[in-house]
Amino acid sequence: MEEKFFGNSVIRKEGREKVTGRARYVDDLAFPEMLHGATVRSSIARGRIRGIRFGDGIPWSEFTIVTAADIPGKNEIALIEHDQPCLAAEVINHPEEAVVLLAHADRYLLEAARRAVQIDVEPLPAIFSIEDSIAKRAVIFGEDNVFKSYHVEKGDVDTAWAQADIIVEREYRTGAQEQLYIENQGMIAAANPADGVTIWGSLQCPYYVHKALVTLFGLPAEKIRVIQAETGGDFGGKEEYPSMIAGHAALLAWKSGKRVKIIYDRAEDMAATTKRHPSRTRHRTGVTRDGKLVAMDIDFVIDGGAYATLSSVVLSRGTIHAAGPYFCPNVRVQSRAVATNAPPHGAFRGFGAPQSIFALERHMDQVARALNLTPEEFRRRNFIRKGQTTATGQLIQEEVNFNALLDRAFRESGYHAKRERFARENPGATIKRGIGFSSFMHGAGFTGSGEVYLASVVELEATREGIVRILAASTEIGQGTNTIFSQIAADALGIGYDRIEIAQPDTGAVPNSGPTVASRTAMVVGNLVETAALGLKRTLVDSGLLCDACTEDEFVRACRRYIETRGPLRSRSQYEPPPGLLWDDATYKGDAYGTYAWAVYVAEVAVDTVTFEARVIDFVAVQEVGKVIHPVLAAGQIDGGVAQAIGMALYENVVWREGRMANGQMTNYIMPTAADVPPIRVFFEEQPYPFGPHGAKGIGELPMDGPAPAIVNAIENATGICVREIPATPEVLMEAMTAKAGALV
Amino acid sequence: MRAYIPAYDLRVPGSLSEALALLSREPGIWQPFAGGTDLMVLLEAGKLSHKRFLSVAKLDDLRGLEVTSADVTLGALTTYSEIQKHRVLQKDFPLLCAAASETGSIATQNRGTIGGNIVNASPAADSPPALLVYDAEVELVSARGVRWLPYHGFHTGYKTMQLATDELLRAVRLPRRVKKWRQYYRKVGTRKAQAISKVCFAGAALVEHGVIRDVRIALGSVAPIVLRAVKTEDAMCGSKPTPAVIAAAMETLAREIAPIDDIRSTARYRLRVAQNLLEEFLSQLAK
Amino acid sequence: MSETVSRISIACRVNGEPRRVQAFPLERLLDVLREEMQLTGTKEGCGEGECGACAVLLNGAIVNSCLVPAIEADGADIRTIEGMAHGEQLNAVQEAFLECGGAQCGICTPGMVIASVALLERHPHPTDAEIREGLAGNLCRCTGYQKIFAAVVRACESISDKKWVSR
Repeated sequence: MEEKFFGNSVIRKEGREKVTGRARYVDDLAFPEMLHGATVRSSIARGRIRGIRFGDGIPWSEFTIVTAADIPGKNEIALIEHDQPCLAAEVINHPEEAVVLLAHADRYLLEAARRAVQIDVEPLPAIFSIEDSIAKRAVIFGEDNVFKSYHVEKGDVDTAWAQADIIVEREYRTGAQEQLYIENQGMIAAANPADGVTIWGSLQCPYYVHKALVTLFGLPAEKIRVIQAETGGDFGGKEEYPSMIAGHAALLAWKSGKRVKIIYDRAEDMAATTKRHPSRTRHRTGVTRDGKLVAMDIDFVIDGGAYATLSSVVLSRGTIHAAGPYFCPNVRVQSRAVATNAPPHGAFRGFGAPQSIFALERHMDQVARALNLTPEEFRRRNFIRKGQTTATGQLIQEEVNFNALLDRAFRESGYHAKRERFARENPGATIKRGIGFSSFMHGAGFTGSGEVYLASVVELEATREGIVRILAASTEIGQGTNTIFSQIAADALGIGYDRIEIAQPDTGAVPNSGPTVASRTAMVVGNLVETAALGLKRTLVDSGLLCDACTEDEFVRACRRYIETRGPLRSRSQYEPPPGLLWDDATYKGDAYGTYAWAVYVAEVAVDTVTFEARVIDFVAVQEVGKVIHPVLAAGQIDGGVAQAIGMALYENVVWREGRMANGQMTNYIMPTAADVPPIRVFFEEQPYPFGPHGAKGIGELPMDGPAPAIVNAIENATGICVREIPATPEVLMEAMTAKAGALV
Repeated sequence: MRAYIPAYDLRVPGSLSEALALLSREPGIWQPFAGGTDLMVLLEAGKLSHKRFLSVAKLDDLRGLEVTSADVTLGALTTYSEIQKHRVLQKDFPLLCAAASETGSIATQNRGTIGGNIVNASPAADSPPALLVYDAEVELVSARGVRWLPYHGFHTGYKTMQLATDELLRAVRLPRRVKKWRQYYRKVGTRKAQAISKVCFAGAALVEHGVIRDVRIALGSVAPIVLRAVKTEDAMCGSKPTPAVIAAAMETLAREIAPIDDIRSTARYRLRVAQNLLEEFLSQLAK
Repeated sequence: MSETVSRISIACRVNGEPRRVQAFPLERLLDVLREEMQLTGTKEGCGEGECGACAVLLNGAIVNSCLVPAIEADGADIRTIEGMAHGEQLNAVQEAFLECGGAQCGICTPGMVIASVALLERHPHPTDAEIREGLAGNLCRCTGYQKIFAAVVRACESISDKKWVSR
């Protein structure tokens, strides 16, 4: 097959709409006689609802008012567990729990009404930290506040300590992080018992919302229809939460008989929707004098907030990535996701891996220091290679050349020369410079048997004009789904990129190709697009209407002939796992992922000793990704992920007060501006993965994992301070640098 | 958007006298509305309890920049963008231009006004420390007449100031005395652009033969009001900025400011950085 | 319910066309554009003047329309994203965004295009620092700004037909 579009930077499929402002996001849609909806939430973190009071001065009879009693099916947001209600009925478990929904045509009056509703809650003791949750200061979930736990065991850690010459123990912490997509969450719903429920919304996973509404309304699957509008950024923040807001809009629509639109403002979106799980990781590592890892004992805990939601899966990925791309014969990882009375934490690019990789890559630098080895020499002695096994016992069967990645990253960043120069120039300098790196991997696709369970399907259909439409539930959320699917299909069919159309993800019209998560869309679903396209062509060839080698005009004519004489021209492809993957869910052993992308990132920082601000001056990202489908889009993914991770490392601090986010405005939750980001220099290596389209691996989340530890490693190089938490804000650096200076006196 | 918009009134008087007459007839009922970059944020957050506003945005009497050999007078409606573009301000009053360039974004700077900034009275405002260093005076007008006050002392406490309910701020006047002074401005925010300040420091000093003959120091975000640090000024006036003098000044500063913990930063950080900025300013004077 | 004020009449030029609408005095210009005039290209990202997604050109200057009361639009000349292209002919900034990958999810793009246009009107040959400063009021969560910088450089080159040189 000729690669005419694959590997080239074609124009984004929906790019014109986006640069002209014609792309229609959910708040741009309006329907006649549409009502606006608003949510009344709890005021405290935990308690029993004693009453709901509707204040004076509001014409309540004009309003549609919904509480848990109005739910036709089950009061539950169906996901993995069944613990999260759609509307709180008796008990409140976090300060943003939705209790009452209101709808009215006048959105200004609606806001006044929202403020006039009082929820009376009798307080119960609440917990807000991992420590308090583990200590069971109050038990808010199950018997012990633990949503999920995993235990990974390789070799024999307990006896392996005897072989270690040096043992290094440290604790690391990461804070919550808000996805901060620039488009706030929103939904429009139409719902009635006769027609069922239709949703238009800002979302990543139409079939997740579909499943949740089936349970909420007790309706059959074909009575629920979920349609994705153009979506302004996701990053995981619109993976599971849309089910909640869709449920709310649909309940109001059901009761009012009118279409209802709920759009969150920024304050509500920040406070009430999911964030990255805060984490605490404890490392205990045994090494020989010549720098070989002999034992790794890792305790990894994440704060899941008040309900289980996706915590078990976030925990899974964080657990599997906790020991990194190193070979160690004896590894133990014990992990837990625990409950606190904060709004549930959820999916955010990286999905547990940024948390455990931060800890690991900071720790590797500490162990190197204890050994008197450079950070890179220590790692070189332990990088995993083909033929070795990971912490879960997965045999690496592909070529992994971390030494080459490291060499390239060092070359591109000028690492050694800079390190040497900074060491010379820093003493006495007001601005201390430093350079640091991280080496890491990210598994693409769902863990273990997840992809088999999903059994994703893609369909293609051709029109009599020779346009080929791709029908999949995979959403375009900025990462380029529409574009790469079109490239893949165009090459497989041997026709022009402009002949490919992407059907709007609509559960009433497209099959379930699985959620748009886990860096799987290009690698897993892209593959299905290719096989479905090849299948469509095969149908034409087998019908005698086309030769294998054909021109575009011949293809177009063949489509028309086929449809006119035989009917619809469609193809279908369903996921088949690569052969030989074995995963044991019970013991958490085996092939966790079909493949990994491997990376080395280098961060150069400047730390101002007057203001204690750290800034990233230059960033180099080197990664092996199988095959680059679209150079501009691929680099764009790395650019964006690195920028978000710079935010995570230095700027993005969630301030908590009694379980509530106190700084829920863009003025006070700080993400990097154009003035804050360094040049981000991206380099790709390609080692084709046999089971990805043309060899491509998934890359969407990879860039989130590496920057934070590289940056904090660089800060340590610049200043000598050992920061073990992020965000490493100036306040944190000031305390650490002051303490260090004090200790020297 | 958390406000009941239909309840908010914004009147547009045709002239200054019409505006002052209204304020005189109904004192305390009408609050002035200039560029709106502060008030609209409060409105959208549902925190604007006052409902009746008087637009001053079209009043020509509040516009314009007048330059004489003795001073520069800025109309209250002078925007941050206009400040940055003005050649005399760039040369004589660089701290004010620096402050204007670091306020919000360019979009904010096109709308925000110096008068609005003063009357909003945020202790974290970026321009007021420069105004204090420059010995600014403010012109207040009402139906009763005109008065000029030194800006130093205009703010009497958190969000309280010497502005009567029937008065409007018409202009700010900067005496052109500090051209030969050494000037320093540094705002420490949460990021490099579009940041509310955690600490803001403006300083100007007349140094002759290595001795500080006269000095002005003002800080933002370290007290309930923007602060002229007069005790710290006294601690160094007449001295050479030696390490001992600098250290003593830093200690005086620590006792003169009152930084707090809030959602943006900590008292300890603000104190330490304020002292570091003072040190940086004074060390530059020593060169 | 507190008393309500009357709507006022706003007459302005939007993208070269005269428009007349009714709005509350403190209604946001953003809502006047989106709701009253059905010009939904301008977006709300934060409602507090921080993200720039609502940026428009008001009398030639870039402003955040979420912070401009409707009454300020009376008699004003307003340009929005809908007025950037000439019919189907994209302007140089829009073309450059397409070529360089400056738009990913697209929600910040209208404001970013407006900011880029405003920047190039002020600085036809901006330095790297001027580009960063000119766009610092527009937040993008997808691109890390890298390809947006590239798009501004490309636009500058295509407008002037000269190679961009960072000073």
